[in-house]
Amino acid sequence: MPYSSKLLDYFENPRCAGELADANAIAEVANPVCGDVMKLWLKVAANRIIDARFKTQGCSAAIATSSYATEMIIGMDLNQARAITREQIAEALGGLPQSKMHCSVLASDAIRAALRDFK
Amino acid sequence: MRRIYLDSNATTPMRPEVSAAMIPIFSGDFGNPSSIHWFGQQAKSLVDEARQQVARLIHAEPSEIVFVSGGTEADNLAIRGIAESQKAKGRHIITSRIEHHAVLHTCKDLEKQGWEVTWLNVSPDGLIDPEDVRRAVRPDTVLITIMHANNEIGTIQPIEEIGAIAAEADVYFHSDGVQSTGKIPVDVKKLQVDLYSISAHKIHGPKGVGALFVRKGTTLKPLLTGGGHERNRRSGTENVAGIVAFGIAAQMAREGLATETDYMRQLRDRLEIGLKARIPSIHINADKAPRLPNTSNIMVDFAEGEGLVISLDLKGVAVSTGSACSSGSLEPSHVLTAIGKTPDEAHGSLRFSLNAMNTAEEVDYVVEVLPGIVERLRELSPYYKRA
Repeated sequence: MPYSSKLLDYFENPRCAGELADANAIAEVANPVCGDVMKLWLKVAANRIIDARFKTQGCSAAIATSSYATEMIIGMDLNQARAITREQIAEALGGLPQSKMHCSVLASDAIRAALRDFK
Repeated sequence: MRRIYLDSNATTPMRPEVSAAMIPIFSGDFGNPSSIHWFGQQAKSLVDEARQQVARLIHAEPSEIVFVSGGTEADNLAIRGIAESQKAKGRHIITSRIEHHAVLHTCKDLEKQGWEVTWLNVSPDGLIDPEDVRRAVRPDTVLITIMHANNEIGTIQPIEEIGAIAAEADVYFHSDGVQSTGKIPVDVKKLQVDLYSISAHKIHGPKGVGALFVRKGTTLKPLLTGGGHERNRRSGTENVAGIVAFGIAAQMAREGLATETDYMRQLRDRLEIGLKARIPSIHINADKAPRLPNTSNIMVDFAEGEGLVISLDLKGVAVSTGSACSSGSLEPSHVLTAIGKTPDEAHGSLRFSLNAMNTAEEVDYVVEVLPGIVERLRELSPYYKRA
């Protein structure tokens, strides 16, 4: 198995999966490399993300990084959330094989796209 | 954890009789078949016996079997060997878009070196039209190379018809038989092939050994120069243990053909019927075409193949996928693309490939666990709406 047990845990038991009925920032991004898709719902108040949910159609790394990033940004202020990099997400999940590094870009792209939507 | 292996088009476990046959070679019958003393001649007779066993499996003469390191080398030797030996006649090769990479990349390499290659399209069922082959033949065509059975979707090509066209046009005909050998009957005379590649580890033999059938009278430039082994077709001291084991595997494959082909087909059909009944929105590729009895390629809407493979692996089930997410190149399978599937469709592909050691109970386990896995991944998809 090319993945860490932490990554597999987020893949098998994703946190923050689903939709957010009262979201005020939504984005859907596709990974141009492999075709994976992520949709992110954010509830933003007072310059802070107070809740977030995601849905991803993609590989195990895409689902796990989507879930981890969504969980991670809850409680962050918008600048903190915007600053999250794909490397941070990948590292937090025990690293990704070189050929799967592009998967984590889906989540960081989705966060930035959703925050652009909020503006 | 209980492990179920349904990825036999990738490789197969050795039969116990096969691995047992290798052991005495390592230290007892270790001689070099080229040596004239007892040790050498002992090894030579073992290699000769294996040559007969492999020849019998595909109805060839023993002298037409060239032992090589595997399917990839067999394909390279056939294609480069003919291309080089025939370049005075012409530099045109005919092949298809769904060949294994060992053929695909070899032809692409020759293309870079100045050969012209015609890449034949296939039908949505993955079949080559022999008439397309006939139309592609030119006066400077020196080789037609078309696989016998496809490793991903299992389609069996009309090799006999293409063989007749090649014979009529007097063009060398190579077929990659790595997936067909041992799963369906193969008779190189009936097929009218001049060259035919086989691999040991796909028929319960060891890795690192294969063979190229080279019809008597075929001129072939060797890839390797050296001591002139294998009738000057493949230099290098023979992999005696591997070759002996390959021989046993070939003999057992031949003996098993009558019963194992049907057995695998029953298991495969049980799998497909079970999955179709329990999972909505799945599609079986090439199910109307002549197919290998052991292969099932399924596309699952609203789920991605790598995630399905990892989920099944976590339940102990080993399969593979043509999804871009699982390939090093991040390209969707060239086979699924060639049969007209979009990258999105290929994204959700799963390949099950069985062998005769699998059981109905194993298949039932997959039918039991896969619906839940698919449902879980679909629930995570932003596009999926539950019916």
